[in-house]
Amino acid sequence: MILSLLILIPIVGAIVIAFVPRDQDNMIKWLAVGITALALLVSLPLYFNFQDGVSGYQFEEIRPWIPALNIGYHVGIDGLSLFLVLLTTFLTLISVISSWTAITDGLKEYMIFMLLLEAAVIGVFVSLDLFLYYLFWEASLIPMALLIGKWGGARRIYAAVKFIIYTMAGSTLMLVAALVLYVNAGTSDLPTLVSTLNLSQNLQIILFFAFALAFSVKVPLFPLHTWLPTAHTEAPTAGSIMLAGVLLKMGTYSYLRFAIPLFPDAVAYWSPMLVTLAIIGILYGALVALVQDDVKKLVAYSSVAHMGFIVLGTFSGGQQGMSGAVLQMVNHGLSTGMLFFLVGVLYEQRHTRLFSEYGGIWVKVPIFGTYFLLAVFSSVGLPGLNGFVGEFVILLGTFSVNPIAAALGTFGIVLAAWYLLTATRKVMMGPFNEANRNLKDMNMREAGIAFALILFCFIIGLFPNLLFDKINPATAQLAETISATTLIAGQ
Amino acid sequence: MPIDFPVLNFQAIAPELVVVVTAFLVMFAELFVDDKRILGYISILGLAMAAILNFALMAAFAPPTFQTMMISDGYSLILNLIFIIAAALSILISLSYLGDRELQHGEYYALLLFATVGMMLMGAATDLIIVFMGLEIMSIALYILAAFNRQQLGSGEAGMKYFVLGAFASAFFLYGVALVYGATGSTNLQEIGNWFSADRGNLGDPIALIGLSLLLVGFSFKIAAVPFQWWTPDVYQGAPTSVTAFMSVGAKAAGFAALMRVLMVSFGDAFTADWQLAVAVLAVITMTVGNIAALAQKDVKRMLAYSSIAHAGYILVGVVPGTIEGVQAVLFYLLSYTFMNIGAFAVIAVLERRSQVGSNIKDYAGLATRSPLLALAMMLFMISLTGIPPFIGFWGKLYVFRAAVEANMSWLAVVGMINSAISAFYYLGVVVQMYMRPVATEEDGDVAPALRISAPVVVTLVVTAIVTILFGVWPTPLVNLTSLAMFG
Repeated sequence: MILSLLILIPIVGAIVIAFVPRDQDNMIKWLAVGITALALLVSLPLYFNFQDGVSGYQFEEIRPWIPALNIGYHVGIDGLSLFLVLLTTFLTLISVISSWTAITDGLKEYMIFMLLLEAAVIGVFVSLDLFLYYLFWEASLIPMALLIGKWGGARRIYAAVKFIIYTMAGSTLMLVAALVLYVNAGTSDLPTLVSTLNLSQNLQIILFFAFALAFSVKVPLFPLHTWLPTAHTEAPTAGSIMLAGVLLKMGTYSYLRFAIPLFPDAVAYWSPMLVTLAIIGILYGALVALVQDDVKKLVAYSSVAHMGFIVLGTFSGGQQGMSGAVLQMVNHGLSTGMLFFLVGVLYEQRHTRLFSEYGGIWVKVPIFGTYFLLAVFSSVGLPGLNGFVGEFVILLGTFSVNPIAAALGTFGIVLAAWYLLTATRKVMMGPFNEANRNLKDMNMREAGIAFALILFCFIIGLFPNLLFDKINPATAQLAETISATTLIAGQ
Repeated sequence: MPIDFPVLNFQAIAPELVVVVTAFLVMFAELFVDDKRILGYISILGLAMAAILNFALMAAFAPPTFQTMMISDGYSLILNLIFIIAAALSILISLSYLGDRELQHGEYYALLLFATVGMMLMGAATDLIIVFMGLEIMSIALYILAAFNRQQLGSGEAGMKYFVLGAFASAFFLYGVALVYGATGSTNLQEIGNWFSADRGNLGDPIALIGLSLLLVGFSFKIAAVPFQWWTPDVYQGAPTSVTAFMSVGAKAAGFAALMRVLMVSFGDAFTADWQLAVAVLAVITMTVGNIAALAQKDVKRMLAYSSIAHAGYILVGVVPGTIEGVQAVLFYLLSYTFMNIGAFAVIAVLERRSQVGSNIKDYAGLATRSPLLALAMMLFMISLTGIPPFIGFWGKLYVFRAAVEANMSWLAVVGMINSAISAFYYLGVVVQMYMRPVATEEDGDVAPALRISAPVVVTLVVTAIVTILFGVWPTPLVNLTSLAMFG
């Protein structure tokens, strides 16, 4: 029931907000906070009641939906999706609070779209039926595009349209592939498909491609990433947090949930290509980030690089890599979400994000400076913070399978330290830029958000087993599926 | 000496009869009624009665037939429902649309009802003669309706164009009937089918095949399939919007209705392979041309005209497999298309000020601030027409593409999905205008007047929007309804 509630709460909340008069800004804000906080609260038992060491789905719910076509409403979570659901409820609340003063025009629609986005993303993470999943996957598009296109920067419409066209074009083949599976098995229920399907390897390779294309656009994997920097640069702060924090994870999560278990025979075929692209993404994203003159663009390109790590872990690191990838999804959501949030804090006051407009502002905004540095450390992968655990485990897993990939990936970490610390230097240190003399430090609301985010970065960094204990059974099962088929193929 | 009167089973054509009677009643009442809107309400009442009878017939154990000419089987009854809904919703739009343009004449409603009867005949016909009769009853009424705004040059042009090209298509169709009759010795669909299955050993008859292709031409014209679509943009743009709404769903559904019955009953089974590829190619060309042409349109009405061509292409995908599942998918699609397309045209009718003014894409700029609910409704319809879930249009596409995959023609589904992605560009272009662009200001010269939405249009919008959402989230009732569709 919890999972269905999590999808329903934001939708019902959006409908409630729709009936609030347009000029009641405060009421709308508090309602939105209340609804997202309620969703977060409801999602907490997922963690505490989750049974460790058990593979398979928990909190499952199966209901007939379209019985005539044998399409069901099937939701459930396991170690792969648990933390992504929690991340979504958490980051949505953060996003809503971070929009407190930033959004003045059309606040009502803004909050409605934000809530609908939350519902759709949670739906993606919990769906265990191909068509239910596809429904949420596509449904998440429209609210995100509207958030970018209505409340974004100067080139917002271009960015929104590009975002839609890329993602829609990417997922066209996925629906046909889903139909092929469905017609073959007579059902669209994922667990049933996984256990009963017996497709030829050639067909698996084709279908894997159709699914992976949709996921790779979303991740985004090089060279399909070009929509991301534009979308991020133009999106409002909360839009960026949601986009980087949870929407990109839909892609990497779906590799693990759908592409690998449905087409285990195709994994070996496509892995080299995906790993190569991931490494190119890691290095390319980092190099491009180095030369940006806009802080937000830098963070956007760093996302391309970081998401590359997750793909690397998924396809080259065996079970260890996959566990690391799942953890890194959460890490990236927290640290990049925080970076986008902090950039937004500056932008709200100065309406610029160019490095040349800042410099030496630490003296003026020490609290901000501290949090910024911590966010950078988390993103760079400093031991003690979350990013380190994720990247380390991914590289460890990768090294045992594919040392060259691991070496190149490690090089990406060095680059990440370079561009992120350079960014810190340009913004925070050096001679004080007089344009910033009226800059105010973070207020209580902003500091509270930053604190909440960094708190979890530390918790994950120091006690990663709180997460790994729940993630590992799921990834172990996945790794088994692959290795079982590779063994058969090797005979 | 006793005379054998044929047994006429009026039960089989009860819904059609009710609509005919209502149409005559409306024509007669026009003499005495000053407020012509009353005629509109009478028409809706008649349609409602027809719908009730239609539902009653659905419960019938064996489908009643009217001689060998017509049948009210699950297939025709569901189509009747589509025609009745399309007519009723269009009348609701017409009430204020006509009044604003001083076009409020009684014969409008009568003609619309006659067109509806024609469509119902096409759905229920089991004889090519009745198919032709239905085709003509529908078409002639629509020719006049398209030209109904006679003060406007565009409307006259629409009527004329539709008439000339339509008459041409009818001639093709009739010639096809003649050839098929010449080859098989019958105009009855079942007998033609029997003849073909008996004669299949002799590789059929070229004359009959030429006849079949001419029939296809006639139908392709009515459903606006490429390359017989040339009339569509001009006619859709020129005709009164309420008529366009009706035509775009009703006439299309009627064309498909007759097309599918002829193909499956007369040319089905062993013969399917012969027309399958032709229809598949037709589907691909139709959707691609429709979508690409729609990309370039600046006028929303015209854009929807091209998009309706594209939708004909998607629907044809469901025809290709030649299975009953495909037929059911097509009916589902037509039903969903009826709601979302009429909803979209209702929004256009509200925004349209004079003929062809107010339907430019620029007129939609900032609609979300001018009228949030109207913009929301339009956004729903646009998203649904694109085929993005969770709206009804998505299930329509899923359903027809499934039919293609089941028939081992996954490539057709791939082409269809790529086309859907293309269509996102222009459908969402409207959303971009409404939500992301500011309202035109005085400096831009053209200030949009305050929007007036009459109660019947509100009803139309509410009904279509609710159907679009509700059955988008929970399509089961519609799936179950269309799965009742069976031939004879």
